[in-house]
Amino acid sequence: MSASSHSAPGHYFVPQPSIWPIVGSTALLILAFGAVGTMNKLSWGWPALAVGFAILFVMLFGWFGAVIKESEARLYGKNVDLSFRWSMSWFIFSEVMFFAAFFGALGFARMHSVPDLASIDSKLLWPNFGGAWPTTGPFIDSPFTPMGAWGIPALNTALLLTSGITLTIAHHAMLAGQRQKLIIWLAATILLGCVFLGFQVYEYIHAYRDLNLKLTSGIFGSTFFMLTGFHGFHVTIGVIMLTVVLVRCMRGHFDAKHHFAFEAAAWYWHFVDVVWLGLFVVVYML
Amino acid sequence: MASVPHDHGHDHSHDDHHPTGLMRYFTTTNHKDIGSMYMWFSFVMFISGGIMALLIRSELFQPGLQILEPERFNQLTTLHGIVMIFGAIMPAFVGFANWMLPLQLGAPDMAFARMNNWSFWLLPPAAILLIGSFFVPGGAAAGGWTLYPPLSIQAGMGMDMMIFAIHIMGASSIMGSINIITTILNMRAPGMTMMKMPMFAWTWLITAFLLIATMPVLAGAVTMLLTDRHFGTTFFNAAGGGDPVMFQHIFWFFGHPEVYIIALPAFGVVSQIIPTFSRKPLFGYVSMVYATASIAILSFIVWAHHMYTTGLPVAGQLYFMYATMLIAVPTAAKIFNWLATMWRGSITLETPMLFCLGFLFLFTMGGFTGLVLSLTPVDIQLHDTYYVVAHFHYVMVAGALFSAFAAVYYWGPKWTGWMYEEKHGKIHFWWSLIAFNITFFPQHFLGLAGMPRRIPDYNMQFTEWNQVSSIGAFAFGIAQLYFIWIVIRMIRGKSGIRAAAKPWDGAEGLEWTVPSPAPYHTFETPPIVK
Repeated sequence: MSASSHSAPGHYFVPQPSIWPIVGSTALLILAFGAVGTMNKLSWGWPALAVGFAILFVMLFGWFGAVIKESEARLYGKNVDLSFRWSMSWFIFSEVMFFAAFFGALGFARMHSVPDLASIDSKLLWPNFGGAWPTTGPFIDSPFTPMGAWGIPALNTALLLTSGITLTIAHHAMLAGQRQKLIIWLAATILLGCVFLGFQVYEYIHAYRDLNLKLTSGIFGSTFFMLTGFHGFHVTIGVIMLTVVLVRCMRGHFDAKHHFAFEAAAWYWHFVDVVWLGLFVVVYML
Repeated sequence: MASVPHDHGHDHSHDDHHPTGLMRYFTTTNHKDIGSMYMWFSFVMFISGGIMALLIRSELFQPGLQILEPERFNQLTTLHGIVMIFGAIMPAFVGFANWMLPLQLGAPDMAFARMNNWSFWLLPPAAILLIGSFFVPGGAAAGGWTLYPPLSIQAGMGMDMMIFAIHIMGASSIMGSINIITTILNMRAPGMTMMKMPMFAWTWLITAFLLIATMPVLAGAVTMLLTDRHFGTTFFNAAGGGDPVMFQHIFWFFGHPEVYIIALPAFGVVSQIIPTFSRKPLFGYVSMVYATASIAILSFIVWAHHMYTTGLPVAGQLYFMYATMLIAVPTAAKIFNWLATMWRGSITLETPMLFCLGFLFLFTMGGFTGLVLSLTPVDIQLHDTYYVVAHFHYVMVAGALFSAFAAVYYWGPKWTGWMYEEKHGKIHFWWSLIAFNITFFPQHFLGLAGMPRRIPDYNMQFTEWNQVSSIGAFAFGIAQLYFIWIVIRMIRGKSGIRAAAKPWDGAEGLEWTVPSPAPYHTFETPPIVK
């Protein structure tokens, strides 16, 4: 009953029954209850959250491990490769739409709700609210200094753009079959990503400690931290993806024709890069 | 169309090797198993949401408060909406897609069979969160299925469970949609060009695109709710420079395409069945494809017609009014194409066709009341009245649900290998049709007379029509128990009539070239489409 029968020419690989999906669902159910419990300060919240994450990690290792094993056994033909490419493209599109919701919220607040709260219609309620951006809003009295664009954020932009270049060099090295070069440039990309994340952490500490800029600093704090926070989370995922790919490169996986995982991680990395450029312009510069 | 439905030759010795019992369903990577699970889940949710609806209708049988606390009433209206949309209607059509798309396209399975399993198995946890939220302190979410702040920000932990349920269902929808799109784009049999695909595949392709584009936006919206509730952000709080109306904009950017996420696969089913029982090819196939795509594109730019009473600028109201009315054009193209398909056809009225005709009449009515509601000045009068409730139940129940019934009767013989009993199917149709209209037609009158929705009590003057509506609702509910009885009898072969590979003489398509019931594995060698 070998699964390989499916991957004969003209056939499509259909995996055998797998326990990982139901393990993942169990993890998410426990995680959801854990999150609900934690947020409502119930005693079982944190333990449930921890158990949920633990099961989730087991599932991720197991599932991706199975996929890597199948890939290395060359069960995925050309057609499966194309399916993977379609699916990764659509997944990235869904991520774009997720960020669009938060960019939209920032735009709406800046262009509409804040000016509206400062308009003549709201003068009776908030007589002293001027509506200048950035703002905590009319009723939160906790002044902050916004994050300047040309310090760490500009440096971070340079870091991410450079990481795009190093990743492309790694890609070309792979296509040329130069594994040593591939590993070095891929590692450089991961390093740049980690430095970016380190700077973000430093920036957050700086914001909280010195600028009094917090998640609770009204609409500016909300949009600033949610946008940069979700971006940072996605960079973290990208770093993890690239690290897995790096380990696989060091183990001799991939060649010039068979390297979908590398390209998927690269696409994802370019996506977080582009999101950052959007953030740099509309969150930091404008 | 030549095909090799199931070649037992060479190295296919693995055939039906799969775990048995519960483990078969926990671990399955078979599109037919997964499609069936989607449908059973959908039916369980349909009954759950139906019980909620009947509790609502029981309370509304008389003015005054009889059986429900107002808080509980609000929880029931909220959960009824969410459970029916995300738990009943959407999974039903994903179930049809799972079963039928590989058969219609000549593919061995869905493109990502393991992820397909996860898409399904994410739904029960979401259902546990939703139904379970009735039993936590403060009860379930009670701000209406649209989850508007500030109510949703003030609510108890039931709202958090709702938010995480939506996250999980969103993940399920996105994975399912990626799977469907990839299957359609990459796994069609040789010769099956895009413009030769069955309409059901086309409508699902476009629906899946809508889902991928809008579910993440909903996820973003509920995430903002969550952080506003627990982490001190002020997205929807004017004191912090935010705006509760902003939630409505983000929500309806998801919410309006969601209407078509529900309607388009229903259109696809109807586009399969009407040609079969008219014994004519679908009239205007190409225009059907373009109309479907136009509806999908327009659905992204009309969202604020749900928000006429929020103080939009007049220019905005006018824009959204005209843009909304534009949707009537491609929708009418579809209706006329279906009529033209039937024109001078050799029509027979088996149950699937009856449900499609019911769909045509009643969905069109729902479309017309939609047109009425698109008019800003009229909507300002009718907003949040029972007229709106009547309108969307005409498109959701008589539209999507009727076409789901049609699909079960139409493809059921392919799934089970047995015919249903025609007499029972017909009774189910007429019973549903009449009960549906008794339930929802009077709600137009109630709305026009000014009865507000989502309120457990009402003025005496509304009593009679509410009583009619409640009686109709119970009749409709019983009809659906009758439906499941018919389906179980079909599964058990009580009709005594085995289904042929092609039980409908007018049917076209690859799905009818495989035996009934369809074997566990089909099209392992792709058929050639001429």
